[in-house]
Amino acid sequence: MRVANKNIVIGKLLLFLLCLVPALLLLWDALQQQLGANPVEALLHRSGDWSIRLLLITLAITPLRKLTARGWLLRYRRMLGLFAFFYALLHFTVYLWLDRGLSWMEISVDILERPYITLGFVAFLILLALAVTSTRGMMRRLGKHWSALHQWVYAAGLFGVIHFLWLVKADYREPGLYMAIFIILMLFRAGSFKKRLQRAFSSDALRKLSSILRCYTSENA
Amino acid sequence: MLIRKTSGIRSSEITSQSIFNQRREFLKSGIYAFAGLAMPDLALALADKPGKLKPIANLHPSKYRVDAEVTDYKWITTYNNFTEFGHGKSTPAKTARKFKTRPWTVEVDGECEKPGKIDIEEILSSFTQEERIYRFRCVEAWSMVVPWVGFPLGDLLKQFKPTSKAKYVVFETLHDPKRMPNQRYDGLDWPYREGLRMDEAMHPLTILSTGLYGEILPNQNGAPLRLVVPWKYGFKSIKSIVKISFSEKQPPTTWNGKAPDEYGFFANVNPKVDHPRWSQAKHRVLGGGIFSGREKTRMFNGYADEVASLYRGMNLKNNF
Ligand code: HEM
Repeated sequence: MRVANKNIVIGKLLLFLLCLVPALLLLWDALQQQLGANPVEALLHRSGDWSIRLLLITLAITPLRKLTARGWLLRYRRMLGLFAFFYALLHFTVYLWLDRGLSWMEISVDILERPYITLGFVAFLILLALAVTSTRGMMRRLGKHWSALHQWVYAAGLFGVIHFLWLVKADYREPGLYMAIFIILMLFRAGSFKKRLQRAFSSDALRKLSSILRCYTSENA
Repeated sequence: MLIRKTSGIRSSEITSQSIFNQRREFLKSGIYAFAGLAMPDLALALADKPGKLKPIANLHPSKYRVDAEVTDYKWITTYNNFTEFGHGKSTPAKTARKFKTRPWTVEVDGECEKPGKIDIEEILSSFTQEERIYRFRCVEAWSMVVPWVGFPLGDLLKQFKPTSKAKYVVFETLHDPKRMPNQRYDGLDWPYREGLRMDEAMHPLTILSTGLYGEILPNQNGAPLRLVVPWKYGFKSIKSIVKISFSEKQPPTTWNGKAPDEYGFFANVNPKVDHPRWSQAKHRVLGGGIFSGREKTRMFNGYADEVASLYRGMNLKNNF
């Protein structure tokens, strides 16, 4: 099924606004002092929740596209992924600044010694790399390595879900649901999984990435 | 030292007309006969009384009051870990609304000469109800300052005449999935159980609480009767108690049983012993808003002068 470009543009605009809603609600609640007794925790949790939700929705696009034969779905995937990153960035910022008060000693101990934070951090770094390389220009420059690099999105999803599972005290329902969704999404891809794994780890792809990142940073320096 | 006899009154507490009226009322009620007590003490005891639940009759001030700003009633009653009523901090305030706490009896048995039952009304009338303003530190690294109402646990325990075999006191929360909806699901091994060593239980800081902010306990805070042990992490302060037993052996307790490496039996507040998943060196004082940072956690939650002697010679890293 083909959808006219105009519709895609409108669709993207709507999706953009929709993805902003959780952030605007957070902002609104913060300004109204409606975040409860522990507003920092509320900000941290709600941003983390939306990051993992959007990440899973992003991962669901390909299977959905195949199931429904609606090719245009793919055109929304980048925006969804970028919003997953946006909420992760918000989450990380809240953690660094409001929660830990930019106390770098504590933060580095957390990242190095607390496995659930380590995994969250790795997931964040992956999302960062993917966001940086999400532009058309980057896609062109990375060529066939682009898709290899972007296989890492599955790792980010997995680490994000485990990060959530590990931090829970007793109520595993929400992270459990996300893990179930993640596993189902992975099963859809089981056939090509091995191939993707090989591609993601091929030293060629990693080398290419480091050279691209280097030229990217020097361009922006 | 944070326990002090008198504390200065904050201007926020004397400005409001309603609080002024409460003070008048209090004066009239004649309890002010308490010699040597300065007006500010009483004002603080009754400041911002929320007026939502039944006031505690015969409320007495006490010398146990931390020198810190008391957390808003709103936060104390909407941010609760009370798993019997659901996960999530704001859930208990909603799901416990209809919880009936009358009639309510507490059974006392085990290693004692006079096992028996005691009714909540008798508890309220026969023990002197004092206001105790304590710091409350959760194992999750947040804290509040709570104006509890209660009385020393030891006063109640003595009535049942524990024998020399009584080395521990064991507490149990009500187990009734019809009234405590989340008990229908697992998550924890119901009923919730906690325990104290006998000397901890008899310590004057350890209270059974019947209220807060001068009124009976809201359901979500563990009505009608809960334990408060201010130098231990909050999960030791078991809520909605129906059973107290004297035991010779250290009892199995709920969180300790669920994750022994994360929640110790003693659970003394200790900034030097981290929870495996987070640091205990600092905590967030609730009610401070978005930009309030964390504060340093003190040994025994700041009650070291009173309780450190209970643990002399003990390795607190191993016995966390
Ligand atoms: C940058 C590194 C990260 C750090 C330092 C970090 C840290 C944290 C912390 C401290 C919490 C709260 C833990 C608690 O309350 O006990 C949390 C919760 C959470 N984080 Fe992260 N995180 C990171 C990255 C991520 C990423 C990339 C995602 C999603 C893909 C994510 C998703 C979540 C979720 C879903 C929660 C739970 C929210 C809830 O309980 O409702 N985090 N994180």
